[in-house]
Amino acid sequence: MVGAAVACGLVSSPLTRSLKIAVIDGSPISFDKVKKSDIPDPRVSSITPATVSFCKDIGTWDDLKSKVAPFDSMQVWDYAGLGYTRYNAADVDEPVLGYVVENGILVSSLRARLQGSDVDLLCPTQVDSVIFPHRVGGLPEEEGSNWAHVNLKDGRSIATRLVVGADGGKSKVRKMAGISTTGWDYMQEGLICTVRVDEHHSTAWQRFLPTGPLALLPMNDDFSNIVWSTTPEKAKELKSLPSEDFVNAVNNALTKDFSPPPKSGFAEVLTNRFLSPYFGNLAPSATEEFQFPVKVKSVETDRLSFPLSLSHARSYAAPRVVLVGDAAHTVHPLAGQGVNLGFGDAAALIKVLEKGVRCGLDVGEISLLNEYENTRKFANLPMMAVLDGFQRIFSTDSGPVNALRAAGFNLVQSFGPLKKLVISSAMSNGFSGLPGLLRI
Amino acid sequence: MSMALAVRRLSRLRHFSTQVSLRSNPDARDHGPTAGKYRGDRGSSSTKSSVDAQESAKFAALSGTWWDELGPFKPLHAMNPVRLLFLRSGMCRHFKKDPISPRPLDGLTILDVGCGGGLLCEPLARMGAHVTGIDAVEENIEVAKLHAAKDPLTATILYQHTTAEQLVQEKQQFDIVAALEVIEHVPDPMDFLQSLSLLTKQDGAVVISTLNRSPTSYSLAIFAAEYILGWLPKGTHDWSKFLTPEEVALLMERASLTVRALLEEMTGMFYDPLKQTWRLADDLSVNYIAWAAKRGE
Repeated sequence: MVGAAVACGLVSSPLTRSLKIAVIDGSPISFDKVKKSDIPDPRVSSITPATVSFCKDIGTWDDLKSKVAPFDSMQVWDYAGLGYTRYNAADVDEPVLGYVVENGILVSSLRARLQGSDVDLLCPTQVDSVIFPHRVGGLPEEEGSNWAHVNLKDGRSIATRLVVGADGGKSKVRKMAGISTTGWDYMQEGLICTVRVDEHHSTAWQRFLPTGPLALLPMNDDFSNIVWSTTPEKAKELKSLPSEDFVNAVNNALTKDFSPPPKSGFAEVLTNRFLSPYFGNLAPSATEEFQFPVKVKSVETDRLSFPLSLSHARSYAAPRVVLVGDAAHTVHPLAGQGVNLGFGDAAALIKVLEKGVRCGLDVGEISLLNEYENTRKFANLPMMAVLDGFQRIFSTDSGPVNALRAAGFNLVQSFGPLKKLVISSAMSNGFSGLPGLLRI
Repeated sequence: MSMALAVRRLSRLRHFSTQVSLRSNPDARDHGPTAGKYRGDRGSSSTKSSVDAQESAKFAALSGTWWDELGPFKPLHAMNPVRLLFLRSGMCRHFKKDPISPRPLDGLTILDVGCGGGLLCEPLARMGAHVTGIDAVEENIEVAKLHAAKDPLTATILYQHTTAEQLVQEKQQFDIVAALEVIEHVPDPMDFLQSLSLLTKQDGAVVISTLNRSPTSYSLAIFAAEYILGWLPKGTHDWSKFLTPEEVALLMERASLTVRALLEEMTGMFYDPLKQTWRLADDLSVNYIAWAAKRGE
């Protein structure tokens, strides 16, 4: 998906339009526009306004805008029942916090955009190996090819200045470029399915349980999407339950299990009375009471699951190769940021390649690619650290940590400036909104 | 700035340097102690040369490392995008070319004097120009040729082991003549600029980049860069040979090159250590780049 986004962006920019581009993908292209099937596919992503802006730049938003489900508020709480936070798009004077969209629809909109262009679409094709030019010390080798060679399983070989590795978490390109990764397994699986709820809503609900967060995301009509991150055993159990029992399990997990729902706390009163007057601008959602999420009525699709892990490539760039999206980094889905980080990578890479063409540089030159790497690491790493931190904090069940979480919830809920910071960071795909020292 | 003030400033130069001499008569032939020669010169020195043997030797020693982006020429590689952006926008403006086009310099001929390993020539060729690169150090030309041959877009560059003066004798002319980071290494800047001007076609342009002779440039470009950070080998630059923007403007005027407004077509370049990139700026106190149009007769 991110690879296609890079191609769309390059095609949309007058400077890079003249570059010869080939997109290689294992799955076939199907150009019939995917009709919004009656029941949404459970593989969805929540995209931020920054990503929407990128889609507008690359010319796919027109196709997407009628197929996305907006959400304008969010409620986050945990199983200890000591606190909650409600976010509202009105807190930052925006109409929406983000949109929920099926991954298949994102992909088909990108492919449709590429259809009329000069881009070579080699799908379905498998990559057999990628050979990069050998460098002796810091210098390119005297003999030997100056280019990278992509060898396909069907026998064809393509010589290129730059290979963009967008082939997912188990990236072959990354392996062949000799770039290692760090990270760890979360020992969790993400279980997803589409459900029907009792009324249409535009709120993203997320409750952190001891085994992991359970999220309910709104979609069109009365459909919603469930993302339940939990232990592999629990995931197996949930998948094997008959539909009715599964529905009850979800409803209970969202409302009853572990403890009664939170109410306004002492900390909140404190912040309201003492801190907020100095900083003014109480966010509208600060005074909103805890609400019960919508009730799930039925399960409409198969329940799928996939293992969750954090991984980060040690470098995003090497001579003649660059990594974007999941090939560079994978994160926990608890904040729905994965796809947005990927599109952020695409936007940054396009900008760097535009600069390369403008300066007449060889687009596979390492100094150019390093610029991309530095920009993205600066944006991605803090986000990944925060998400990882959240994952740990919310998995720890102990008195002090629970209280800490409660304090956190209450603080963010009632302290306007902090809440606005959280929202704008999330909406802009990173911390580029931070003032002062960290402003890029 | 008035001519009188400028002349007074220039005369003070003599206190700092035993090598640079500004003569009012550009045709005088005596060179002074550092008369340059070709390496392996066959003895014909009736042509003045802008080549300084000492300076040439410094570069010959490093010739193998031009294209090592992390090697001794790393600062130059880092500075390259900024110089290229300046050149590109200047050329598009001067020759009325489309700045959004991927090959805006199609149809233009460019001469790069002191091209080194071809760091400037290759991007200019990719932008569509017909590029000739010359250098006094033979090793540099060899390295440049080998590297440019690897990419079909740059294989058209013409590299020659020769000097600006030699090309003047051959009566060659180009749309744009560029001499970036060169003038601080020549024995006679005035003569050098004269040669560059003669090599430029009518309505063409000359681009120079160099270092300013200022306390800031001493502390950054010499002291910090050569002795503390080790970016450049010690002795790469001789501070007394640096020229201030006013001096360069004056010399250009004398060579029939018009620098329209000092700050409009002269821009400073400085290095941002936090982001590790170079930028264009109004401050001319260390590195600066200047664009001058060849005046009509």
